[in-house]
Amino acid sequence: MKKNMRTRDSVGYLYLLPWIIGFLTFQLYPLISSLYYSFTSFNITSSPRFIGWDNYVTMFTSDPLFWTALGNTVQYVMMSIPMKIGFALFVAMLLNQKIRGINLYRTLYYIPSIFGGSVAVSILWRFLFMSGGMVNRLLNTIGIASIPWLSSPNWSLFTLSLLSVWQFGSSMVLFLASLKQVPEDLYEAALIDGAGRIRTFFAITLPMITPVLFFNILMQIINAFQDFTGAFVITNGGPLNSTYLFALKLYDEAFTYFKMGYASALSWILFIFIIGFTAIFFRFSNAVTFYGDGEA
Amino acid sequence: MACLRRTNTMKILIHVLMTLGAFIMIYPLIWLFFSSFKTNAEIFGSISLLPSNPVWNTYAKGWAGSGQITYGNFYANTFMLVIPTVVFTVVSSSLVAYGFARFNFRFKKTLFMIMISTLMLPNAVIIIPRYLLFNRLGWLNSYLPFIVPVAFACTPFFIYMMIQFFRGLSRSMDEAATIDGCSTFQVYALVLMPLCKPALFSAAIFQFIWTWNDFFNSLIYINSVKKYPIALALRMSLDATSAANWNQVLAMSILSLVPGTILFFSAQQYFVDGISSGAIKG
Repeated sequence: MKKNMRTRDSVGYLYLLPWIIGFLTFQLYPLISSLYYSFTSFNITSSPRFIGWDNYVTMFTSDPLFWTALGNTVQYVMMSIPMKIGFALFVAMLLNQKIRGINLYRTLYYIPSIFGGSVAVSILWRFLFMSGGMVNRLLNTIGIASIPWLSSPNWSLFTLSLLSVWQFGSSMVLFLASLKQVPEDLYEAALIDGAGRIRTFFAITLPMITPVLFFNILMQIINAFQDFTGAFVITNGGPLNSTYLFALKLYDEAFTYFKMGYASALSWILFIFIIGFTAIFFRFSNAVTFYGDGEA
Repeated sequence: MACLRRTNTMKILIHVLMTLGAFIMIYPLIWLFFSSFKTNAEIFGSISLLPSNPVWNTYAKGWAGSGQITYGNFYANTFMLVIPTVVFTVVSSSLVAYGFARFNFRFKKTLFMIMISTLMLPNAVIIIPRYLLFNRLGWLNSYLPFIVPVAFACTPFFIYMMIQFFRGLSRSMDEAATIDGCSTFQVYALVLMPLCKPALFSAAIFQFIWTWNDFFNSLIYINSVKKYPIALALRMSLDATSAANWNQVLAMSILSLVPGTILFFSAQQYFVDGISSGAIKG
């Protein structure tokens, strides 16, 4: 019987086989070869030539656009994620108040998220925020002067972040699901102990949802560092490179100039930044984490 | 009593706030819809939502495009790209998830950890070697770069989602079927697949929408206009349009949002379940 079970179980490998092949071919192999390419000079027509750290040295010492792109991207991540997560959590908490019509609200707030990084939504953003666009006209009618949303380097990155913030719906739904898991009696106990709303939030709600909160932030960091469509379609990196995000730089080097070696080096720097940001974030927030009963 | 009145005021306040917020969220989309019927002068010149002189032919003209290739082609292309991607995603992810959830073999933990960690592997790091690989295979300017990786289950997110779902299903059904003489594959196909329809639907819907919206990969892999999916076509219209045709661009933008919207409203529950079971993207 035991032997029989074991043969049955080894069939499991067979079901994993597509993934094992896919992982080796389309994930592990590309990962390793991009690391190798990053130490080569390589355009598509010639074969890669090993040049040691040259790509990295060039990047850090004589490519000002690299620093621009990196700075913009970090700024974009720091701007969009707190706003997005903040909104998502705030709205989820409001929706968790057992009010009527919660499904309708949830639907309406979720809709922008279905369109994700689509070109259509980027086009919409461009029209809404251009100098004579709808947003400025609305501001004008209530007596506020036009804001150079897309035409000033001081505003353009913020306007792009707004597009990302607008799509807080999927994070919100996730928060809502985890808020519903918080046991009711904890709130009752807090009420009896005389804790106010703010105290209850920090002492009960926040600790109970930290696993979801962290997972959310982690995935948002990974995605935000790679955001491309908005910056490419709405502003194409401009004005004055103020929205030239790292993904645009990577795209230009790899697929406009076909400098595959240099672009690979860029992609590894991006990778390291994502890992670094994640690590700092987890270090920073370790103190406040709460995992229920050693779970998760 | 005073306390009750306070909660009531609170509730009204929340409703007002939520409605206002919802209005701000949805207004851009409503604006986009009505502006697709405006004249160009009115798109920029007027603040009113409704077009004063509706232009009814923006959709027909935008659809026809400028050359011999119409948005009919672009739609067909998009479906030819999206549908195989979705089908292969569902089949391969569920098979692999079945392997992880129902069998105990050596290195399962390690393999599972590897699978989960690829969830965090940024596309940017692997895109260049992938491009070069597909170039060597002669797959550029076809939809194979989208379809083949998902056919080989490079979809950790959906695998994870389905493992979670399988874990929630009792094994007693599997065991009964095995005693009745079902092979492991029959257990998968005849017993478990019907039970996990909700998870399959969620995966299919999310993959449909993500692939439909995807711009970056199309931009890299597809280079002839004849094969453009909608995302690329829209961007081309935006670049090529002389100042006279903005309303057509807006009209085609609206059309590109239609399939996702229909899917969302007809399968809303699957969205919520899918996200709650761990979906984060987008």
